[in-house]
Amino acid sequence: MSSEPFVQIDDVHFNYDGRPVLQGINMHIPRGRVVAVMGGSGCGKTTLLRLIGGQLKPTSGGLRVGSYDVPSLPPDELYAMRRRTGMLFQFGALFTDMSVFDNVAFPLREHTDLAPELIRDLVLMKLNAVGLRGAAELMPSELSGGMARRVALARTIALDPMLILYDEPFAGLDPISLGVVGQLIRRLNDALGATSIVVTHDVLESLQIVDYIYFVSEGRIVAEGTPDQIRASDAPFVKQFVHAEADGPVPFHYPAPALREQLLVNHAG
Amino acid sequence: MNRTALDLWVGIFVAIGFAALAFLAMKVGNLSGANMVDAYVLRANFENVGGLKVRGPVKSAGVVVGRVAEIHFDPQSYEAVVTMNIDGRYHFPKDTFAAIFTSGLLGEQYVGLNVGGDEKMLNPGDKIKKTQSAVVLEQMIGQFLFSKAADGQEKK
Amino acid sequence: MQDKSFCLLRSLGRWVNNALVRMGFATRFALAVLWLSGTALRRFQLTVREIYFTGVLSLIIILVSGLFVGMVLGLQGYDTLQRFGSSEALGVLVSLSLVRELGPVVAGLLFASRAGSAVTAEIGLMKATEQLTAMEMMAVNPIARVVAPRFWGGVISMPFLAALFSAMGVFGGWLVGVILIGVDDGAFWSQMQAAVDFKEDVVNGVIKSFVFGVLVSLIAVFEGYDSEPTAEGVSNATTRTVVTSALAILFSDFILTALMFRGG
Repeated sequence: MSSEPFVQIDDVHFNYDGRPVLQGINMHIPRGRVVAVMGGSGCGKTTLLRLIGGQLKPTSGGLRVGSYDVPSLPPDELYAMRRRTGMLFQFGALFTDMSVFDNVAFPLREHTDLAPELIRDLVLMKLNAVGLRGAAELMPSELSGGMARRVALARTIALDPMLILYDEPFAGLDPISLGVVGQLIRRLNDALGATSIVVTHDVLESLQIVDYIYFVSEGRIVAEGTPDQIRASDAPFVKQFVHAEADGPVPFHYPAPALREQLLVNHAG
Repeated sequence: MNRTALDLWVGIFVAIGFAALAFLAMKVGNLSGANMVDAYVLRANFENVGGLKVRGPVKSAGVVVGRVAEIHFDPQSYEAVVTMNIDGRYHFPKDTFAAIFTSGLLGEQYVGLNVGGDEKMLNPGDKIKKTQSAVVLEQMIGQFLFSKAADGQEKK
Repeated sequence: MQDKSFCLLRSLGRWVNNALVRMGFATRFALAVLWLSGTALRRFQLTVREIYFTGVLSLIIILVSGLFVGMVLGLQGYDTLQRFGSSEALGVLVSLSLVRELGPVVAGLLFASRAGSAVTAEIGLMKATEQLTAMEMMAVNPIARVVAPRFWGGVISMPFLAALFSAMGVFGGWLVGVILIGVDDGAFWSQMQAAVDFKEDVVNGVIKSFVFGVLVSLIAVFEGYDSEPTAEGVSNATTRTVVTSALAILFSDFILTALMFRGG
């Protein structure tokens, strides 16, 4: 592995409507790695992906992917970068008016002038990689959640991206589909020589497939390490997350005045 | 829905759409009938055009032979100048008589051309000399009452 | 009391502000759609597909409504005209009201509620299920790929639909007037042809339907693209499409009529 990180995030801040969402994120991800970003719901994980994909601009801080300085890219170069970036959305985001085949063929048809026969071969290869070559003629509405996710994965890798972003790839999947998708993420990353960033809150699955894990809470990275380090960690936040405890550094209660005080105030009023 | 069937349907749609437009143009509108070939211009001065409108018909022997193209007031003669587009298939003698008639009692007004017997024909751009103004209903009633009153006085 | 009127003024001001901001946004969106129409016109298959969904699928409702509107005009028109002894003018009445007004306006309203709302719902759902974002992440501009073809599909379909509505209406009026009531067939057509002018009436009607097509299509794609990405947001946007389109059609119809027919 080269020492030069492929994705480099330096002290990124992001405010939304004046409310700070990310407060100084640092990540250095070498080429070829699969990295997980974990945290509770609403901690800014998805925002981070959108920053990397150039859909949002950071309020301050540096963000580089390969040779691209993402926040300052003009639209045409941003599109050039996105052509080499794949993103898997939470529920797949398959185009509902197209068949599975056309969905996977979509990026190829939009961005290449390949002959239809060649596109057909490529699409069938991509579908074969996710085990759904037989489902090519189905419509997205005929697929189960796990299959839809795999089709979306095939579409994401259609242009052989150098960076793959996953937004909650495991959400709403049964344990078997979950394992399948997890294995695919790892296998495809290695086969393509790509770099993957997986945003998720599924700890157990991630620990099996990723090289490195970041924990994000309230817009900050609170813990990081390899899966072995994380398993051995006794940092309270990590323990709470890994063992799914209800209360801990992430409180069960939303911030509020003491219950007794509030009840009394209501009575007085 | 495969692509050929879709193309076929859109093709049918566009075809019947054009057919409907053609129907409106030919059968409902007057594109076919009053499609004047090589129209030429004639002019006529009237003392009063009454309710004649631009695009009103110009008829001879009851057949539409043209349309009123323009009506304006001539400040020299204090008359109305009516410009007409006449179908190039029809030509009229020099002494043609132009009058403004009303179709029916309350119908629209039109220019009627009564053909004379001159050997020479009107050329494009010529002015029709002999004209008769529109009959204005109020004036006619006024004249009628006036003459009645005059009759009554004579008899006394 | 003063508090209350201040409150009213403030909400009025807020309403106007929001309306202006949305208008500005819609205008910029419209320019973007036009600017990015290259794909829709170059890869015309994309637009043909949308002509199918907006035009062909609206055919039934347009034809049936046109027929009935024409038949009602025939009945009502005859009832009124025969009092003045001029029932032969039935053809004039039916065709002029259809070609000038009812054809473009009613077809436009039907088009807005049939095709416009469907376009809004489709684009809104694509937004809610992140399909538009996914497209953007695939370096495909959703305005060029999704919005512009739907816009042009609607713009192309609408004049045809209005013409079909008018033609069907004239047929319906003929059916009632000539076949059912027994107005003279020759007088029906000849009076119509004498009174309906191709340029003044037919062409102006087509211009109207084209303008309505642009308005409805633009409103439909804008409301879809601008909708809240939730189930409720999409359904609200669909309702807004129909309401806004109806207002836009009726208002612009007034303006166009004033411009076109004031010469009488």
